[in-house]
Amino acid sequence: MALLQISEPGQATAPHRHRLAAGIDLGTTNSLIATVRSGSADTLPDSRGSYLLPSVVHYRSGKSPLVGEAAQEHLSTDPQNTISSIKRLMGRGAADISGSGFRLPYQLAEADSAVPRLRTAAGDFSPVEISADILRVLRQRAEQSLGGELDGVVITVPAYFDDAQRQATRDAARLAGLNVLRLLNEPTAAAVAYGLEQGAEGIYSVYDLGGGTFDVSLLRLSKGVFEVLATAGDTALGGDDMDHRVAEWIMQQAGISEDAGHHQLRRLLSVARSAKEALTQSDMAPITIELDDGSYWEGELSRDRFNRLVESLIRRTLVPCRRVLRDAGVKAEEVCEVIMVGGSTRVPLVRKQVGKFFGRKPMTGVDPDKVVAIGAAIQADILAGNKPGEDMLLLDVIPLSLGLETMGGLVEKVIPRNTPIPASRAQDFTTYKDGQTAMAIHVLQGERELVSDCRSLGRFELRDIPPLVAGAARIRVIFQVDADGLLSVSAREEAKGVVASIQVKPSYGLTDNEIEQMLKDSLAHANEDVVARNLREQQVEADRVLEALQAALVEDGGTLLNADQRAEIDAAMGKLQTARHGSDARSIKRAVEELDECTRVFAARRMDASIEKALQGQVVDELKV
Amino acid sequence: MNYFKLFGLPQKFGLDTDLLTEQYRELQRTFHPDKFASASALERRLSVQRAAQINQAFHTLNQPVERARYLLELHGVDLDGGTSRVDQAFLLEQMELREALADIRDHPNPAVALEELTDGIRQRTEIIIQQLGEQFQDASRRSLLAACENVDKLMFLNKIQHEADEICDELFEY
Repeated sequence: MALLQISEPGQATAPHRHRLAAGIDLGTTNSLIATVRSGSADTLPDSRGSYLLPSVVHYRSGKSPLVGEAAQEHLSTDPQNTISSIKRLMGRGAADISGSGFRLPYQLAEADSAVPRLRTAAGDFSPVEISADILRVLRQRAEQSLGGELDGVVITVPAYFDDAQRQATRDAARLAGLNVLRLLNEPTAAAVAYGLEQGAEGIYSVYDLGGGTFDVSLLRLSKGVFEVLATAGDTALGGDDMDHRVAEWIMQQAGISEDAGHHQLRRLLSVARSAKEALTQSDMAPITIELDDGSYWEGELSRDRFNRLVESLIRRTLVPCRRVLRDAGVKAEEVCEVIMVGGSTRVPLVRKQVGKFFGRKPMTGVDPDKVVAIGAAIQADILAGNKPGEDMLLLDVIPLSLGLETMGGLVEKVIPRNTPIPASRAQDFTTYKDGQTAMAIHVLQGERELVSDCRSLGRFELRDIPPLVAGAARIRVIFQVDADGLLSVSAREEAKGVVASIQVKPSYGLTDNEIEQMLKDSLAHANEDVVARNLREQQVEADRVLEALQAALVEDGGTLLNADQRAEIDAAMGKLQTARHGSDARSIKRAVEELDECTRVFAARRMDASIEKALQGQVVDELKV
Repeated sequence: MNYFKLFGLPQKFGLDTDLLTEQYRELQRTFHPDKFASASALERRLSVQRAAQINQAFHTLNQPVERARYLLELHGVDLDGGTSRVDQAFLLEQMELREALADIRDHPNPAVALEELTDGIRQRTEIIIQQLGEQFQDASRRSLLAACENVDKLMFLNKIQHEADEICDELFEY
């Protein structure tokens, strides 16, 4: 076990301290955590040596929830309190769930918020809280095996996840007490795991068919840069759907009625899944299922029959494959390798069809279950600062267009799909009535023209617009998508130069207050001290700010600052140092904000100076033209 | 911020896009938020803004239509101001392309028809891009107005291509 490195109190942590970082694949069926140790990345097993944690949570009245295999045992005996495939509900509304045609054995609590809650013996829980329970178990596993608290994690999401689904994933991590360095798209993570080992160059396609989601991405790899050219997919298509097809077939064959109970459904799905898995190796799978009257039905499923049952599902995955090629302007024969990710790519017909589509045999070298977590661990290690000088860079894109509602229920696109992120676009609005001081902006995500066909992300209310005659105010709204693919909106009234305040009402997400409350509840539940934890978080942030600024001052303080500016920054740093050793989280936060404010100009100048540095020496001749 | 200057490239239409891509990557290596993962919140915010600007600049210079529009803007030519830019020959071509698009669904072999249409669009696009290069080189008032016309044409061709793609999706989606 690695020795813990403890920094001297009062000193900023040394920049070369090894930070504990991990990559997490929060999957529909299974979840994994991986980390880089002694230069190589691998998944971390539990005490029984198993690295896959089934994404199943079993809730019990008055006791802490069971997660993983222990929960799985209750799937068929207590289906209403045993939640699986929760990822399918992340960032979704109650209406999506009842309208999805996907049979869920759970009871939904009456919705008082946009977020659905599942009724269990231990209370009503949102998908975010249930995912947080899975993440907590992974966090414990990592902290036990690494011997310390995790400094940061990279969590993977399907590339095709929309803003609400990404935000829900981030919220779940926050609830589980994890510091998220980055949300990373699963196909990109897979490409990292493959590409870095082989020093690959060229255009790669990543075909990722998991339990409940499908993604395909095209990437160009060149000198350590992983540039996503296009991505497409279906967030409701995966191995689960194959299980359902097989289950339906068994129901027909065995004469099980449509309104079979929860127990029967669970048994069917589990038998169907075993048959699917058996058929990856053999041509015939025997099936035995217990019926409600206690008798047994026995039958056989051939691979041919199975192929016919699932063929249309696999064909559905080829539509996004065609779309990424077109969006990227790349021909199938230009793709140099096809990387297969996700347990469902073990199905032989999937490999065959994908191979046929791209005209080459798909790559299956790294375990398709592990590859995403391993890629995430590599990225986490770099982001945590453990590999200075590493020039790997991941350039990702936004998977679905972002737009605004305009007159007549139409959507105007502001940021089109496959735009590289971070991205920002400005849009100007004006007032409709004299003296109007507020307006609402409805943000949507999707490719269709009608508001009703796109996904509502939220409504942003602009307030504090200076009262002017109709049409005189010019409100510039800036949409910014960060490297995680998450949207933020800011607004400014240009005529008077007033910053308008924005209130966000997420359509399917949790509000900040709801998250805050859940955080309090979960900490109380885990017997953690809220105040102590808050203080620790602020101290960590303070150390980080001080450390970063210290390094920046050494580098550029002499050239970019005059004596007065330097003195002002030094004073603010001193204040933060004092606050950091106190025990009041709020005064640390305030001191960080003050220091931020007085280093604003310095930070901006440093950025500008770096542009020149970055291009120095390469284009001198060109510049003279 | 002049996008050409940002990438250290000469301000012209005929751009070395390989060099542009190289410079783009170099800048992102410096400014991408991943390079600021352990920096202060302020620096992280700044890096998101800068990286977004660099992406926007790259997109503008990398796409011929966008590059031409941007150059016209730099030359002070108002793209939306032109009223009488009607080229009779191109109007006829537009009608031809629209008809070809409308006929695809009823064509005995829609895949072939789509490919023919796409080929036609590609050939026209290449000719226009070549003309744009000459027009910006010359940069006289007359040439710039002709460039405006060409930008309109390119946008029309892109639109037809986009509609053809949508028909393609519709025909081959199961």
